[in-house]
Amino acid sequence: MPPSSLDTPTPQRAPERPIGSLEVLAVVLVLLVVFRGPLSDLVSGPALQTWTTVFVSVLVQAAPFLAFGVALSAVIAVFVPRSFWSRALPSHPALAVPAAGLAGVVLPGCECGSVPIAGSLMRRGVTPAAALAFLLAAPGINPIVLTATVVAFPGRPEMAVARGLAGLVVAVLMGWLWLRLGRTEWIRLPHRPELDDLRKWPAFWAACRHDVLHAGGFLVIGAAAAATINVVVPEAWLTSLAGNAVLSVLALAVLAVLLSLCSEADAFVAASLSQFSLTSRLVFLVVGPMVDLKLISMQTGVFGRRFASRFAPATFVVAVLVGTAFGTVLL
Amino acid sequence: MSRLTQGVVLLLFGGAILRASVTDLYLRYVKEGLRPFLIATGVLLVAAAVMTIWYSFRDSAPEPDDHGHDDHGHGDHGPRVGWLMLLPVLGLLLVAPPALGSYAANQAGSVVAEPVGGSDYPPLPAGDPIELSLIDYASRTLFDEGRSLQGRELTLTGFITTAPDGAPMLARIVLSCCAADGRPIKIGLDGQAPIDVPADTWVEVTGGHSARTAKDPVNNVDVAYFEVRSWREVPEPKQPYG
Repeated sequence: MPPSSLDTPTPQRAPERPIGSLEVLAVVLVLLVVFRGPLSDLVSGPALQTWTTVFVSVLVQAAPFLAFGVALSAVIAVFVPRSFWSRALPSHPALAVPAAGLAGVVLPGCECGSVPIAGSLMRRGVTPAAALAFLLAAPGINPIVLTATVVAFPGRPEMAVARGLAGLVVAVLMGWLWLRLGRTEWIRLPHRPELDDLRKWPAFWAACRHDVLHAGGFLVIGAAAAATINVVVPEAWLTSLAGNAVLSVLALAVLAVLLSLCSEADAFVAASLSQFSLTSRLVFLVVGPMVDLKLISMQTGVFGRRFASRFAPATFVVAVLVGTAFGTVLL
Repeated sequence: MSRLTQGVVLLLFGGAILRASVTDLYLRYVKEGLRPFLIATGVLLVAAAVMTIWYSFRDSAPEPDDHGHDDHGHGDHGPRVGWLMLLPVLGLLLVAPPALGSYAANQAGSVVAEPVGGSDYPPLPAGDPIELSLIDYASRTLFDEGRSLQGRELTLTGFITTAPDGAPMLARIVLSCCAADGRPIKIGLDGQAPIDVPADTWVEVTGGHSARTAKDPVNNVDVAYFEVRSWREVPEPKQPYG
């Protein structure tokens, strides 16, 4: 039963805001339905149609992972007491980093879910370095992704081994690097008044609602960028780079960032890039789940621009170096 | 964005996901196995939307923090970005773009038809003609020299795409996760190949194994050929990806 103090009459409030977001939404929806025909014609060219298909499919594919990540992060934010994390993780930050990285092994998902979860962990007092190690490790080294890698490279299980080890090493190195060089003020977690709600379930649904729209909005930007790259960059350009050992590693590292593939699918794409060396394809698999357009967009949204502009390039460099090293030794 | 508006946007997004997953629309974008997760996602989103709308009517007392928190505080990365969630709603409910076709097939190199389960190709099941997937045909042709295909009447189904030299090829897009990672499998056509058929037309070709192979110019992967004896137009299959 709602408390009676909330029964303030609403009609008096209406004249103060003649045009609110709800009215804007209604107008937008009416316009969309009215101009549905011209809109569909607009995207009937083959390139634009492919763009729309890829854009929609990235979002449909990401939706379950986003929803899972958002629900889990809402549970962390609302139901898991702060004291749990101080007991679960080693108290020394330098030890908490590898522990959090290893914890990523058990999260079956891809990168869209791990960004809100890492944000939620920081909010609940987990040291940022450990939360970041988790953010980087979880999408690349969980069992589903490693199984997909084994399937995509038949007869070459060392590919999955190298991927898992290199991913974990990059995550832990980045966590330690953050301990040494990172500044807390770079991370600007948005103010979240609804999480202070003492009633658990309203706070849970409010966190879900906020995170889906917030992380999801940035996911839309990333999906649009990835669809553009998918349509605009013909693969034939790549073939000319495959011969050179250094260029091929850099080319596939950049491609991993631009394509923004789901970490559960990237191994199959890497397998089909057969003109490239195994080491450069390993770098593709290590970089992709850690740095890509949709992740940069989501990190900017959840942690702030000052954070993302430092963290993403640093991760990229570390991932390329570690991936190349593992590829040279193991493959 | 007020809380009520957020609830409505969530409801639209969740509803769009639910509608796509209970119809066959989702098959244009992702693999069949994702369906239960999509339905669960739709239900969760609709539940979040219903709870949001319910709370916003129940606590309908003025809430200055709710609006203030959108318009100042965290500047350009506020939930205003949530308006963008209308784009996938628009894409799924109003535009519903078709499955990937010949444009995407020309853009990327053919997949490597890896030998399935080592080099052991079981004999084809009895029947004449026998329906084969493009990837199975390519794999048996390229890695087993077509031994299991000799003397058999085969049918393949795919869409028509045009090779750089102008010859028609049969193609199908193979997904590992979603259409963003879709890669074409292309088969060259010999014999009575469909000529003057517009790209993206779905056809069923009947014929037999051809010993000829070529290279896909996009990524230098071997492409198998098929000896066509007859062909007919067919509607796009429910599951457009191979």
